[in-house]
Parts: sequence; C-alpha cells; structure tokens
Amino acid sequence: MPTPASAFTRRRILGYAAAGLALPWLGAAAGAQADAPLTRRIPSSGEVLPVVGLGSWITFNVGVDEAARAACVEVVRAFFAAGGRMIDSSPMYGSSQPTIGFALARLGRPAALFSAEKVWIGDAARGPAQMEASRAYWGVARFDLMQVHNLLSWQQHLPRLFEMKAAGQLRYVGITTSEGRRHADIEQVMRTQPIDFVQLSYNLLDREAEQRLLPLAQERGIGVIVNRPFREGALLQQLSRHRLPGWAAEIDCAYWAQVALKFVVSHPAVTCAIPATSQVAHLRQNMAAARGRMPDAALRSRMARDLAAL
Amino acid sequence: MFAPRLYWRLFESLNLAFWPLQLGIVLAGVAWLGWVWRDGVRPGRTAARAGLAALALGWVLTAWAFLWQRLAPIHWLAGDIAPLFLLQATALLALALHGAVQGQRDRLRRAAGLALLLWALLLHPLLAGLAGRPWVQAEFTGLASDPTAIATLGLLLQLRGPRWPMRALWIVPLAWCLLSAATLWTMGSAQGWVLCAALLLAGWAGRRG
Repeated sequence: MPTPASAFTRRRILGYAAAGLALPWLGAAAGAQADAPLTRRIPSSGEVLPVVGLGSWITFNVGVDEAARAACVEVVRAFFAAGGRMIDSSPMYGSSQPTIGFALARLGRPAALFSAEKVWIGDAARGPAQMEASRAYWGVARFDLMQVHNLLSWQQHLPRLFEMKAAGQLRYVGITTSEGRRHADIEQVMRTQPIDFVQLSYNLLDREAEQRLLPLAQERGIGVIVNRPFREGALLQQLSRHRLPGWAAEIDCAYWAQVALKFVVSHPAVTCAIPATSQVAHLRQNMAAARGRMPDAALRSRMARDLAAL
Repeated sequence: MFAPRLYWRLFESLNLAFWPLQLGIVLAGVAWLGWVWRDGVRPGRTAARAGLAALALGWVLTAWAFLWQRLAPIHWLAGDIAPLFLLQATALLALALHGAVQGQRDRLRRAAGLALLLWALLLHPLLAGLAGRPWVQAEFTGLASDPTAIATLGLLLQLRGPRWPMRALWIVPLAWCLLSAATLWTMGSAQGWVLCAALLLAGWAGRRG
C-alpha cells in the first residue's frame, strides 16, 4: 500500500504546482477556474497546497461512538473529493487522532493527504514517544508537518524536530498558537528559528495577526496555517442572524462560512486555513470557499468594516 | 474538548448497555428510602450500611462503565479520575463494613440529604427529556457520575459516623461536582447549575454537623 510520502509523486507535485501557477495571488473577480481549488505555495519548498484544509479540534473527538466515527469518515471522504489535502490534529484533541486514522484506513489512505500533527508535552524527553504514538494512530509512514503545540517546551522540541526533518522523518517543522496568545513569543521564534510553518488564529474579528505576524511570515518565508477561522463556530452563529451583504455575490459566496474563509485565505501571507466540521454539508461549503473569485485588498477592508459594524 | 451531542450520547450508550438495570436502581433506591422511613425517618445502622455498600457498587460501575469505557476516549482527564472513583468506592465499602455509622440526628441536615437523594434518584434522570434530549440519554445514579456524586452527598448528610473517615468521603463527590459543573458550562449546558445547587445545599447542610 503506498504511503502518503511515497505516493507523493513528481507528477502529483507538478500537478499541484501547475494549479498554483494557474491560480496565483488573485484580485477581485480574477476569474478563477470554477473546478480547481485555489492553492498556495509553501514558501520553504514551493510545494503547493489547497488553501482550505481540515481541522479536527472537537469535531473528530468522537471516542467509540460508531455513528459519529462513520460521519467523520464521510467528512474526510468529501474533503478529499473536493481536492483537500491538509488535515491537522494534536494529541490534545482527545480521540481525534484515532478517528483520522480510522477514516484514512477506510478511504484507502488517500495519496493527496498532507498530514499536520503536533507535539504537545512539557517533558521534551517524552516527545518522541508521543509523536510515535500519534503516527501509529494516523497509520502514516511519517508526518508531513510536525508543529510544537502552543509553544509548549519549544526550546527543547524544536531542535529535535529539525533533526528529524534532516533525517527525512518529517518534511516540515512548525509552531502553533491559538486565540491570540503569546504572539511576542511566536514572533521571537519566527525571527530566530528556521521553521517552515506557523499556525495561528485569524478571522474577520480577530485580526491582531495582521499587524506583525503575517507580514513577518511573508518577510521570513514562513507558511501560515490559520486556525479558528470561525471562532469555533461562534462567528458563524453571530453572523447567521444577518443576511449576506451584496458584495458576497461578487466573490461567489452563498454562505457566511465562505465569506469568513475567503477573507482569511485571501490574505497573501496565508497558506491554508483549517476549519473543522463534523458535517459533510458544511465541509462542502467550506471547500467551495477555495474556489471562485477572491476579495481584493479594497473588498477585504470593506468586509472587515461591514462585519465589525454588524 | 468534545461536542455536547457526543457527551450526551455517552449516556445513551450506557443506558442501552445496562438496561433494565436502571429500573432496578430506582426501585432499590425508593425501597431504601421506605426502609429508612420505617426505621423512624432516619437510617438505622443496617440501612446505613446497606446504603453505603450500594453506593460503593455504584461508584465502581460509574468508574468502569462511564469514566473508563466511555468518557476517557474523549476526555483526557477521565482516565486519571477513574481510579479516584474506585478509591471512593473502597472507602464507602470500608465504612459499610466497619459498621460504626448511624442516622443523623440533625433534622435539617437529614432533610437536605433526603432532598439530594430524591433528586439524584428520581429527578436527575428527567433532565435529559426536559432539556429536549432523547429520554434514552437520561442519567441514572450508579451509572452516571453526576447523580452518583449527588446521591453520595445526600447519603453522607443522612449519616453520622467516625469524624475523619466521614469527612474524607466528601472529597471525591465534591470535586467531581465542581469539575462536572465546569465541563457542562463549557459545553454551554445549564445543567451545570444543578451541580452547583447540589454543592451549595450539601455545603450548607454539611456545616451544621
């Protein structure tokens, strides 16, 4: 059975690269192809990724609930069918890792998978064991990306991750934070460490990252993964009371989720957003946000202004 | 964290696995209260020991069937808490076997204990339906941790016995009520207030003796 790493063939890389070239940084009404998801390059390698991925916080922590596990399989199936690649998880997410492994096994280990995991343990000596346990849960030969979760013991974990990357045991190294915490520390790591990715929270209402971290990521050539694009659903719940603004049609948005996602992924520093869902219908809405026209800088400003006023 | 619907479905799985034990638990609880009534409103020594032993069994079942088998896969603290539930069961059983327990003399303390017992046995299972969830997700004493903890606080208020062992028996149910209330509030469920009210009532009545 091909592993995600070995199945990531040159042809596939060229295919994604071609998609990336065909859909570079877009202005409003740039006329994107309707059937190809928008992709971005990983700055450190040039590899391209679809701009919408799949998170697993809460939604995939389903334990031994058979019906919920089956629903997660369908979400993952729809994700790959829509051209998705990056799935993100963490040891902190309860049973999300075994749920992802279960889904991947059921789907025949899709070759398109870009596996993003985290090491989350204070005692760095136990990091390798935790990462190995995570790998076994996923059932992959190696992870594409390993991130230090919430900067926990990052001084100890990062050197080991760089060694693993050099040894070919993983492909990319990153760090994460969420809910706007520890941005000063994140900035320090971004300035001093050769990381490939930073993961942070960014959405229509939480825009602190625009001030320093996103420009710094562009300057330093660091890929950006965005978590909490919907504020764990609270943003969409808040927006659901309002009708879609007229400009939503100009960027091919039929749902608030697509408005929120297009705002995030249209920032030039963002590589991939990772909304989480347990429903196939929502997954399809999210994935559709990687298609169609994207907002330009002027429309992004208007989106933020209009949404803040709601 | 986990989705609220997943949490409530744990009780559905629990109830389907153990049905009709729930009926037996409720009937046994009501029978025990009738026994206490016949003893003269407060538990006699044998009724007290039987109550402690029955609840010890409830903590074992809750630790194994709920915490360990069902909650632990989605709640990373549950697996660590399960041994504390077993410790609580052991302590309850030890006190039941020791036998130096009898009914509480203080009338108000006894009444608060009775209220908590009645709530845990008869009313707590109704919360699922009242909140719009399927009835099959009802939480029963002896299987689900919240009513088991509330019932234990109720029984302890009904009894008096060796000072420090009796006090030690409060720790796990009180701590669980706090943790569970926090979990329920985080899930956006108003059911956390039930545990908060139980804690306040137990705390107030407990200070009387």
